[in-house]
Amino acid sequence: MAHVAVMEPPAAAERGAGVYNEKLGMWVFLGSEIMFFTALIGGYIILRVGAPGPWALPGKVLNVPVTAFNTFLLICSSVSMVKAYASVVDGDQQKFKMWLLITIICGASFVGVQAYEYTHLIEHGFLPSGYREGSELAEKAAQGLIPAATGGIYGSTFYTMTGFHGFHVTCGVVSMIWVYVKALRGGYSATDYRGVEVIGLYWHFVDLVWIILFTVVYLV
Amino acid sequence: MNDFAHRKQHPNYLAIWAYLFVLTIVEVAVAFASHLPRNVLLLALVFLAVWKAALVGMYFMHLKFEAKTLRIMAVAPIPLAFILVLAVITEFRW
Repeated sequence: MAHVAVMEPPAAAERGAGVYNEKLGMWVFLGSEIMFFTALIGGYIILRVGAPGPWALPGKVLNVPVTAFNTFLLICSSVSMVKAYASVVDGDQQKFKMWLLITIICGASFVGVQAYEYTHLIEHGFLPSGYREGSELAEKAAQGLIPAATGGIYGSTFYTMTGFHGFHVTCGVVSMIWVYVKALRGGYSATDYRGVEVIGLYWHFVDLVWIILFTVVYLV
Repeated sequence: MNDFAHRKQHPNYLAIWAYLFVLTIVEVAVAFASHLPRNVLLLALVFLAVWKAALVGMYFMHLKFEAKTLRIMAVAPIPLAFILVLAVITEFRW
C-alpha cells in the first residue's frame, strides 16, 4: 500500500494537537468512551475471573454464526465510511453520498441483526437475570450441560455490554442520517468535510469496540 | 477543491477490509475449530483482536498519518484501561 501523509485539516489547525476543534473534541470524547467501555468489558472480565464457578462457553448459549455475520456487516460499514470520507476529500460527491448511504444501511442492518439475536436468545430463555425457568437453556443447566450458578451474572453483563454497544451504533446511524441529509443539500465539499471526518472517527471507534467485544464475549 | 485534495492519496482501504475479513475468519476458526490449550487460545484470540483493532485505528481512523501529539492523546487511555482491569482483578487472583 502506498502511503503519504493524508491527514491535513480541512479547517484552520489549532495549536497543540494540530487539528481543528471539532476533531479534537471528538478525540477527547473517544478517550472518555475508551474508559466507559473499559468499565463494561473490564467489569465482565473481572466478574468472570472471580465468579464462583465456570461460565457457559459462548457457543453453548449465544448464536456465534449470526454475530460473526454482524461483525462482517460492521467491518463493511467501516470501510464504506472511510470510502465516503475519501470520496468527499477527492471532491467526488456522487461516490461520497453512495458510500455514506451504504454505511447507514450496514449500520442499521447491524442493529436489526442484534434485535433478531436478542429476540432469539430471549425465546431460548437467556435473560439479563439468567436462564428463564422452564426454558431450553434452563433445562440444559439442570442437566449440567451448561453451568447454572453463573447464568444470572452472565446474562446481566452480556446484555449490558452488547446493549450499550448497540445503543452507540444506533446513535451513529441517526447521526449519519443527519450527515447524509446535509450531504444531499451540498453541505460538504473537498474544502470542508469536518462533519464527515468527525462522524467517521466515531463510527470506526464503534467498530473497534465491537472487534474487542466480539472476541471477549463471543469467542472466549 | 483545494490543492491538498488534488494531491491526496489514500491508503488501500479495500486491502484493509480484506485483512479484517480474513482475520475475523481466522479468529472464529481458532476459537471453534482448533484444539489449542485454553491459555494459548486466549492469547491467540487477544492477539488477533488487537491486530484488527490496530488496523482500524491506524488506517480507518488515520492515526498512522496524524501528528504525534494526537496519536499520544488517542492511545493515552489504553494503559489506564489495562491498569484499571488488572488492579481490580488482583482482588480475585492474587
